Order: sequence, then structure tokens, then C-alpha cells
Amino acid sequence: MLANLAFWAFSGVAILSALMVVIARNPVRSVMFLILTFFSAAGLFVLLGAEFLAMLLIVVYVGAVAVLFLFVVMMLDVDFTELKQGFLSYVPLGALIAIIIAAQLVMIGMTWQASEQAMALRAAVAPDGMSNVEALGLVLYDDYVYFFQAAGLVLLVAMIGAIVLTLRHKPHVKRQSVSAQVGRDPKTAVDLVDVKPGQGIGE
Amino acid sequence: MSDFVAQFGVWGGFGMAVLQILGFVIVLLLSLAFLLLMDRKVWAAVQMRKGPNVVGAFGLLQSFADFFKFVFKEIVVPAGADRTLYLLAPLITLILAFVTWAVVPVAPGWVIADINVGILYLFAMSSLGVYGIIIGGWASNSKYPFLGALRSAAQMVSYEVSIGFIIVTVLLFAGSMSLTHIVEAQAGGFWNWNLLAGRALIEDGWPMFLVMTPMAVIFFISALAETNRPPFDLPEAESELVAGYQVEYSSTPYLLFMIGEYLNIVLMCAMTTILFFGGWNPPIELDTSDWPYLVSSLWYFFWFAIKVVFFFFMFAMVKALVPRYRYDQLMRLGWKIFLPASLVAVAAVGAYIVYGAQG
Repeated sequence: MLANLAFWAFSGVAILSALMVVIARNPVRSVMFLILTFFSAAGLFVLLGAEFLAMLLIVVYVGAVAVLFLFVVMMLDVDFTELKQGFLSYVPLGALIAIIIAAQLVMIGMTWQASEQAMALRAAVAPDGMSNVEALGLVLYDDYVYFFQAAGLVLLVAMIGAIVLTLRHKPHVKRQSVSAQVGRDPKTAVDLVDVKPGQGIGE
Repeated sequence: MSDFVAQFGVWGGFGMAVLQILGFVIVLLLSLAFLLLMDRKVWAAVQMRKGPNVVGAFGLLQSFADFFKFVFKEIVVPAGADRTLYLLAPLITLILAFVTWAVVPVAPGWVIADINVGILYLFAMSSLGVYGIIIGGWASNSKYPFLGALRSAAQMVSYEVSIGFIIVTVLLFAGSMSLTHIVEAQAGGFWNWNLLAGRALIEDGWPMFLVMTPMAVIFFISALAETNRPPFDLPEAESELVAGYQVEYSSTPYLLFMIGEYLNIVLMCAMTTILFFGGWNPPIELDTSDWPYLVSSLWYFFWFAIKVVFFFFMFAMVKALVPRYRYDQLMRLGWKIFLPASLVAVAAVGAYIVYGAQG
């Protein structure tokens, strides 16, 4: 009863806010609705019994990725009226693409046949007597550890690529050396000069 | 809540859970009023002032007077501000600060929701605290708040990373993500707390306190940065940004921001207590099995509360004693010192779990 109510609430909010992401006028508000969508998806995960995935969704997507989105969107100076002007001319093309994708999805959904075993496993996220953290860990780090490592390497390559693209060696920049600053003492930092009257420190 | 549902039916259980939450919130807010006063008193004492001492005996009612002052003032929304988001931001801060407390166990069995990913929930919700600040800074449509918001976003995201790794070390020790299990795994005396990790030394001969004690210190410092407390209060540095993201806020919205901020600080104290200082476990374990239920619960709650208050005192002392960091120093500390150190700690604890731990 409560679970049903929660399901309808979460999925309704998820769909509505996903719609609002597209039609909101202000990009910052779009990102806010995107966050709401993530939250509702996390709620649906909890209802399925996959609470670990739900928490990861919030930590990774809402806590990190969406913050960066928001960061970028807020820094952009977008002229909204100009942005909206070309909108109507793209409607036929957009509608065409949407109809094609919808038709494809319907066709797949009609012909999809899942094995009975898979259908039975649908609602059971983790095997009995095992938390879903444990089940997920076994799948990721025992059964498919090489694929996991390969995915990690792909990310590493992307990271190195980003660094290589942006790294510039500037030869004449004076860099701060914290250890040198902390290691200063009166002997190395202060120079006592006995100045004779009327002469100054001539070099 | 599932216990309640079994006992009182669906709606009765729902009502009982709501009552429980209301009780918790009221206790939390009342203790916050006095913790706020303590913060100001400690700060005043360090600077050889008296602090608030007019309202009530020793100024005990100062926080309530402040509350009424805030509430009766006019809410000013700046021209050109995004009205909805401007008013939503303090609410987000406050609500996130409250919902995080749902999984904090204050005594055996005294927790609103004992979920089995409790520590992740805590981490997730505290990492969302940044939204209230960014949105508030942006929606004010003003320069200083916006700069404060951007600073805060970068700062909180940076220190979350090392906090995450430190949490991993602790949950490797406990072998569970449930906060109740993490606390129970530290029972039996102060040497079993994760701070000292005595069980590893006594049973397996691995001196894990060499790893865990520095981790506790790093966690405490990261908690300071995560809650934007001095010496890491760059988002609201008054000498550079006036008051950062709060510049345009007044009256009740400001009050909500402040309550949320202090709730997060107390939460970080509670997290330090639970993760490293044994939660509700007293330093020397007594046999409480034949005590009445309420007495033994209050006994454990007393130890939890006293540790939280101690860490709050530490927060206040740091605020009074340490000068503010420069922004590049802050980033250097987070990314170049804390992150590698906590990564090494995860590897060390992992090695202990695989090769050292018995059973």
C-alpha cells in the first residue's frame, strides 16, 4: 500500500521533472529539475531493494556531476530570448526523431522475449542472505574483474587526454614552493648591513 | 518504521514514525540553541570577553531571543533575484541538514531509520549540502554571493573526496555500512575504538593505530572544511567577500541558513564520534544487561552526547585559535596531502583485512 503509493509518487515526479528539464526557460532551473529526476530515480531504486545503487546515484550524479553542471551553467552568460528564437523551426525535425525512436522502442518492446529465469530474477536484486553491496561486489570484482579494470583504463586514458590537452609549460612563471617558504629562518632571510652615515647601501 | 507497521498497522505505524521524527527534531533544535550559545561563549572566553550574558541567567536564553529577532524581521528579496530559488535555497540547506540525522544512532536501538547503507546515506546527504549554498549564491543575483557560492562548491567537492576514502577505511574495519554495526564493532573499551584500532594490535599484532589516528585527525580537519567553518570559511570570508553567499539574506531565510549550517556542524561532530570514537560506547565497558532499559539507554546516550559536545567544543576552539587559510593553500591541503594520505590508508587497511585479520 505505502510502497505502491511511493512508486506512483516517485515515477510521477521523475517523469514530470524530466519533462521540465526540457521545457524550463532558465538553464539553472533545468539543472535543478534534472537533480529532482535523479532523486526520484534513486527513490525507485530503494523501492526495488537496491539501496546501494540508490545511494551511489545520489553521491555520484547529484553530489558530483550535477554540481559541475550547475557550476558551468551558472558561469555561462546565455541570452535566453535569443536561444528561444530558433526553437520553433526545429520542432518538425525534433518531432520526427522522437516519433522514430518511440516507434523503435515500441517495436522492440513488442518482440522482446525474456527467458523465464530472467523474469523470475527481475524483482530479486540480490540473492537471498546477501546484502546487495556484497552481491554487486562479487559481480564486479570477482566475475567481471577484467572488464572492470578495462573500463578503469578507458577512464584513465580520458583523464590523461584532458590533462595533455590543457597542460601548458610556462617557463617564466614564479612558482610557490611551500617547503622553501616554511623552511626560511632569520639566517637565510634577514641580511644585516652596517650602513655608514651619509653613504646608503650603494651597490 | 517496519516494527511500528507490524505493531500498529500501516497508518498507525506511519503516525508513530512521524511522532518519533517530531520528537527527535524538537530535541535536536533545543540542544542546538544551547550549542550555539556555547560556541559564542567559548569564542568569547578565548578573546577574554564575556559573550552573551544579558538574556536569562548567564545568557542562557540568548538563542531564543535571537530566534524571535530573526523571525519578526522583514524578508527582503533583492531586485533581479530569482525569487523561487532564492527562497528555496535556505530550505534546501535546512531540510538536508535534518534528513541526514535520520540514520544517526544515538544509543543502542535509538535511531529513526537503521538502514544497511547508513554511512553512504550520511555521505550522500552531507555532500548535497553544497546545493543550498550554490543556489543561494546564484539566485541572489549579486557579485559577492556568487563568488562565495563558487568557492564553496569547489571547496566542498574537494574535501568530500578525502572524507569518502576515510569512511572506506572505517567501514572496512567494521565490515558493514550500517552505522549501528560500525558502533557495535567498537564496543569493549576505548582501545577498541577505530581511533586506536586496538583489536588489530592485540589479536593480530598489526599496529593499525598508526593509520587510523592520523585518519581521525584528517577527518576532523576535512569536516571543518566541509562545513565551511574557520579556518576554512572562505565562502563567507568577511574580509574578502563581506559574508559570501549570505550577503543578501536577512531575517527568517538567514536563520534557516544558520540553523542548517550549525546542524551540519553538529552532524560532523556526531560522525567523528561514530566513525572513530566508538559512538555510544563508554571508554570502559560496564555490564548493563541487568539495568532497566531506559537507564542503560540513557547511559549510552550520555556518552554519545558528551563526545559530540566535546567535538563541538573543538570546532569552537579551532574557530577561535586558527587564522583563515588562503584559497590555494586550502586546495593544496585537500588534493595534495589529504587525498594521497587517505588513499594510502585505504590500501593499508585493505592489506590488514586480507592478510592480517583472523576469521
